[in-house]
Amino acid sequence: MGNVLEIDRITKRFPGVVANDAVSLDVEAGEIHALVGENGSGKSTLMNIVYGLYQADSGEIRLNGERVEIDDPRDAINLGLGMVFQHFMLVDTLTVAENVILRAEPQKFRFVDYRKAEQEVARLADAYGLRIDPRAKVADISVGQEQRVEILKALYRRAKVLILDEPTAVLTPQETEELFQVMRNLREQGTTIVFITHKIKEVLAISDRVSVLRRGKLVGTRSTAETGHKELAEMMVGREVLLRVEKEPAKPGAPVAEISGLYVDDQRGTAAVKDVSLKIRQGEVVGIAGVEGNGQQELVEAITGLTTARTGKVLLHGEPIQHLGPMRIKRKGISYIPEDRHKRGLILDYNVADNLILGLHTQPPFVEHRLFRSERHIAEHARKLVEEYDIRPPNPELLMYTLSGGNQQKAIVAREFSRRPEFLICSQPTRGLDIGAIEFIHREIIRQRDRGTAILLVSAELDEILSLSDTIAVMYDGKIVAVLPAQEADERRLGYLMLGGDPHLPEGDAERGVTAT
Amino acid sequence: MELQQRSLTSRNLLVPIGSVVLALLVGSIFILVVGENPLYAYRVLLVESFGSINNIAGTLQRSTPLIFTGLGVAFAFRCGLFNIGAEGQLYVGGMVAAIIGVSFGNLPGLIHLPIAVFAGMLAGGLWAAIPGILKAKLGVHEVINTIMMNFVAYYLTDFLVTGPFHGGRWAPETDRVFPTAVLERILPPSRLNTGIFLAIVALVVVYIVLWKTKTGYEIRAVGLNPSAAEYGGISVARNMVLAMVISGAVASLAGVEQVLGVHGRFIQRFSPDLGFIGIAVALLGKNHPVGVFFAAVLFGALRTGGAAMDRLTDVPRELVVIIQAMIIMFVAADELIRRLVPRRRKA
Repeated sequence: MGNVLEIDRITKRFPGVVANDAVSLDVEAGEIHALVGENGSGKSTLMNIVYGLYQADSGEIRLNGERVEIDDPRDAINLGLGMVFQHFMLVDTLTVAENVILRAEPQKFRFVDYRKAEQEVARLADAYGLRIDPRAKVADISVGQEQRVEILKALYRRAKVLILDEPTAVLTPQETEELFQVMRNLREQGTTIVFITHKIKEVLAISDRVSVLRRGKLVGTRSTAETGHKELAEMMVGREVLLRVEKEPAKPGAPVAEISGLYVDDQRGTAAVKDVSLKIRQGEVVGIAGVEGNGQQELVEAITGLTTARTGKVLLHGEPIQHLGPMRIKRKGISYIPEDRHKRGLILDYNVADNLILGLHTQPPFVEHRLFRSERHIAEHARKLVEEYDIRPPNPELLMYTLSGGNQQKAIVAREFSRRPEFLICSQPTRGLDIGAIEFIHREIIRQRDRGTAILLVSAELDEILSLSDTIAVMYDGKIVAVLPAQEADERRLGYLMLGGDPHLPEGDAERGVTAT
Repeated sequence: MELQQRSLTSRNLLVPIGSVVLALLVGSIFILVVGENPLYAYRVLLVESFGSINNIAGTLQRSTPLIFTGLGVAFAFRCGLFNIGAEGQLYVGGMVAAIIGVSFGNLPGLIHLPIAVFAGMLAGGLWAAIPGILKAKLGVHEVINTIMMNFVAYYLTDFLVTGPFHGGRWAPETDRVFPTAVLERILPPSRLNTGIFLAIVALVVVYIVLWKTKTGYEIRAVGLNPSAAEYGGISVARNMVLAMVISGAVASLAGVEQVLGVHGRFIQRFSPDLGFIGIAVALLGKNHPVGVFFAAVLFGALRTGGAAMDRLTDVPRELVVIIQAMIIMFVAADELIRRLVPRRRKA
């Protein structure tokens, strides 16, 4: 089959940066074409140009061999292009069907024909295996379902080429698997898909061909069958990448933190953590594996004093701390890298320097005469950490929200590690980051371990748990259902336990959904 | 990818200045409707508010209470709190200052005046602490409570000024405060008084507290992201109460200044909505002391010049109220102004 979409030497500059530098890319009809690259490599920009949101500075776009001018998304839609963004654009108060037909309503006597709309949406959903109720209100459906609505919107407008911008970033592993099935159905019925991601695993799982961008330039296009994890990672990062974290075996010392019989309620007042007991020793990483929402968040917030446990004990060096507030707990030598860096970890409207003292801001040398900020020490601290942790751009005066996700996370890591904690809690420390940043943060975590820090790692990424942990605890429905040495764990075993499998049986049949997470 | 600073840049001044310009343009339509020449009317406005030392003194005198209320409202805003209670706080502060002022006739001025000022501030601060505590401990919205506290303040001071502290004259006002408790007039015949220096001190102190102390760091952190503040070991409740106390104390100085500097006594319902105009001042001044100063001076000038415009032209003084309202509308609809001014396409 021929090329349906040809991108020819597209260049796009933004002030101070070339987002796309003469990128050429061919997409064959009926294929799933993955577009990968690290954050900021220009993949989204390129597709936004194709969809008419940006105008290229030079270069051309051809559809079915014909040169096209796409000035805005309306042109793109008319030409049979559809795009699903990371942030959905749906009206919460309308139903699924109403959202799908918005601005393209079927009419009957100049009134909107809702019955026809619902039928049509149901038919489309059915044809591509997009399970959804056309009459459900968007406010009531899950994120995964919202994404299906966005896909339906594109299909309803007869998109022949569908661009999906990091669609899996917001999905659970199960939802990702369902999305992949939908993508396969679409391909079977002739839709071409451009799939933007930075997860190599997903590229290998679903795509036919893959193109890699790095710093705005096309590194190359490969047939998925003829490439592998290692080659793609190198193409993305531009150098050899350690896919496994290099580490010596742990040399655990005395117990640092001991949790016993802990019960924590969630916001609705139901028990989210049930009778959890756990011991973390000096110089070891204890990983908590589990599908998100099984009490990990509540467990961590109870240890750090952000919520109060109902009953149970948290001991630090044998001393109970479960009744203390966040500041007292921090001062006892606990550092915490929170799961949600925007909500918890950072004040986005503060500059980098001010974020780097959050939690340290009441202590000398950052305060003089017990009240006044010491700008000199704050600046010095920032300069040191920015350099040591390679936070870019290296300017502590920049407001935090201008930094990329990876650099924001580095700032949190820098701040929390610089306190030289005795007990470090990392919750989803690399979520949404690209390979380079992940590698960096993993190395730093192991470095902390080797200087004798006790580390509790919570992650939904099994790879991360497996490569960093010395001991793995599996959490399911608020309980620790198994604790095993890392050597005895593998992805299949953990996946089975995470989904509530019986820890005493070797391995059952109930391991659906463990693939391609 | 886009690197831009959100601090004090030209882009940030765009909205306040653009709002004022647009408001004056809309105002000129009304001036045309009453059959006057807008350019002439605005010239009168400008000359009568800034044209002579005496006029400038009058403008500053009218700006002084607005600096206090604007600064107070801005301070609470920095902690994410909307203090609509400046009006009540200034009545309570003014009343307490008057009570101290009419009592203790034998104290030296060096002690009497500071005590009166400080007691007024303290009263305003405690008055504002009530909605602050209700918000921090029970989650009751401060907008509702500060409004309610305004009514309590009106009627409480009504009672005090017509009852226990009613002066010797028939009018609903207290006696004159002792000369030892007076904020001295500077540049008579205008009623500009040493309260303006107090206002400037307040501006500087608020700036220092917000940006140079750990307390300010915590208050702003709570205002920008309470979850992250909590994570950073900052007590959200404590800082909310503290911010309300400081906000109320600063706003109440407007009442203190009016009582001790302008009227020399507490007059029932003396405030021409100074507390509410303070909200506008804070909004236009972007909750920054420097911005609050200029916004207060602008609103002071509008009031001074508006009175003169009423006298010298056919334009009624109500025009300045329209202009004030327009400024607030345009500031609130800042997107509108951003769109009117072309800008490079967003990355």
